[in-house]
Amino acid sequence: MTMLFEEALHQLKLFARRPVAMFFVIAMPLMLLLVLTQLFGNERIEGLGLNTAQFYTPALAVFGVVMACYTYLAVSTATARDLGILKRIRGTPMPPWVYICARILAVSVIAFTSLVLVIATGALVFGVEIIWDRVPAAIMVAIAGALCFAALGMMITALFRSSETVQAATSATIMPLAFISDIFVRPNTETSEWIPVIGNLFPLRHFSVAFQHAFDHAYEGSGFALPDADGIVFSILPHLGVMALWGIGAAFVAARFFNWDTRPS
Amino acid sequence: MPVISVADLTKSYPGRKAVNGISFEVQKGETFALLGPNGAGKTTTIEILEGYRIADGGVAKVLGLDPQADRMELKQRTGLVLQTTALEPELTVAETLAAFARLYARPESQEKVLASVNLAHVTRTRVGNLSGGQKRRLEIALGIIGSPELLFLDEPTTGLDPEARRKIWTLIRGLNEAGCTILLSSHYMDEVKALADRMAIMVDGKIAAEGRPEELQALHASHATIRFDTHGKPLAGLPASLAGLVRIEHGVAIIDTADPVPVLHQLTGWAIEHKADLASLSVNRQSLEDIYLKLAGKGEEAVTREAAE
Repeated sequence: MTMLFEEALHQLKLFARRPVAMFFVIAMPLMLLLVLTQLFGNERIEGLGLNTAQFYTPALAVFGVVMACYTYLAVSTATARDLGILKRIRGTPMPPWVYICARILAVSVIAFTSLVLVIATGALVFGVEIIWDRVPAAIMVAIAGALCFAALGMMITALFRSSETVQAATSATIMPLAFISDIFVRPNTETSEWIPVIGNLFPLRHFSVAFQHAFDHAYEGSGFALPDADGIVFSILPHLGVMALWGIGAAFVAARFFNWDTRPS
Repeated sequence: MPVISVADLTKSYPGRKAVNGISFEVQKGETFALLGPNGAGKTTTIEILEGYRIADGGVAKVLGLDPQADRMELKQRTGLVLQTTALEPELTVAETLAAFARLYARPESQEKVLASVNLAHVTRTRVGNLSGGQKRRLEIALGIIGSPELLFLDEPTTGLDPEARRKIWTLIRGLNEAGCTILLSSHYMDEVKALADRMAIMVDGKIAAEGRPEELQALHASHATIRFDTHGKPLAGLPASLAGLVRIEHGVAIIDTADPVPVLHQLTGWAIEHKADLASLSVNRQSLEDIYLKLAGKGEEAVTREAAE
């Protein structure tokens, strides 16, 4: 256990010394929050109980989690493999599972930091109200999302060989998904009806929608199922279910195909 | 009990046999070298012993244990330096060593190890700013930080300048004197001669020759080479028994012989009789380098032949 925490700290130290990674994971979600809210004006979104910042704050918090757990985990692991570091670690007494878990623990800490910064900025700059009763449910969703995307990140690292292709694969998947998953684009802007349908096939929209409900005044209550004024119940459970399905599937693929070396043994 | 014992080891990759039935033993306290050209199977052999690769056939034992089944225990008791440098450029020298030290049950003192690899003056330097030789010495430090009984060194000096290589040689000798058994791979004969108690010359997945340097020399260098300058003149009147042995390359007459004394007797007799100038006469036994190049060359010929067929 000590070894796990020491290695996770070690990974955090490495992250802190990589300015490019810090920018994409920590600074970019904050910048997007500031820019997008200014761009659209912080007014009430038609048909929703939210104003612009109330929408973008949780959306970009989710985006920060995904940048850490998916993109950074995949790219940094693939880069370490390119450099031969994974192979070298495999030659030390550290059990392989400790190393992988430490990397996942480290990116989860980074993700949580990014998430807290985005929400704090939303609250302090745009007066986004935090519904404290719903914080436990929001944390639950964030943990599920972090683990799901960490599994997907490891899957990408397992399926692609070099850090360049892993970088390309993460960008090519996450950018389009972010547009159809209520992250970059507010839901009431005129989009085709099939976009949310496609979005719902993938875990990102479930992550963002479930997390956003922790900030939505149209519902009441604090649990995992929220009734609105008309008694229509929103439940986060199906969203958690989809994320769990994707996460477990990805973890199996990652475990099956992951290689510690760029060359086959 | 030998520290390493390998018997009839084989390993194939798609389309080629990387290791083709090799056997050798390394005794406690020895520095044993696998010498051979690129692609001879040295790294594959070492990586089987390190547990990275699984042999197709044969037996490999390290410290009496199985490199696969007992990999966890072996990782505690052995150290390694891989063929390619693998370090995190963002960390300092001291941080890199500390990160490895905490993984071992009985780590050496970090200060002592840094001093022994001559990096005590750059402990706070980022690894990315070290020279090639310094990086390699840091990797040797990572290899010995766990107080290993056996150290694998896969081409520790390839790509380094002569001064950096010599520093690493001194370091390796010191480790061996301190009681560490070392398995070294190299494609430099001078390195192996400087460091190894015994060597195996690997060519084309097989061991072409094995033994102490002087044994190899005696075994394979029974031939002497006699050379002298012909000054561009034909060798008129040379006895028939000699004429059959001589070949001329770039104006230099060369005689390869297993028995140089009678040949020299005949040659000097001929020179006195014909007033030939033998001022440049030299007699050399084949050097280890010659033997190595000859064996490695044979391997390459075999590879070329195979490719042609």
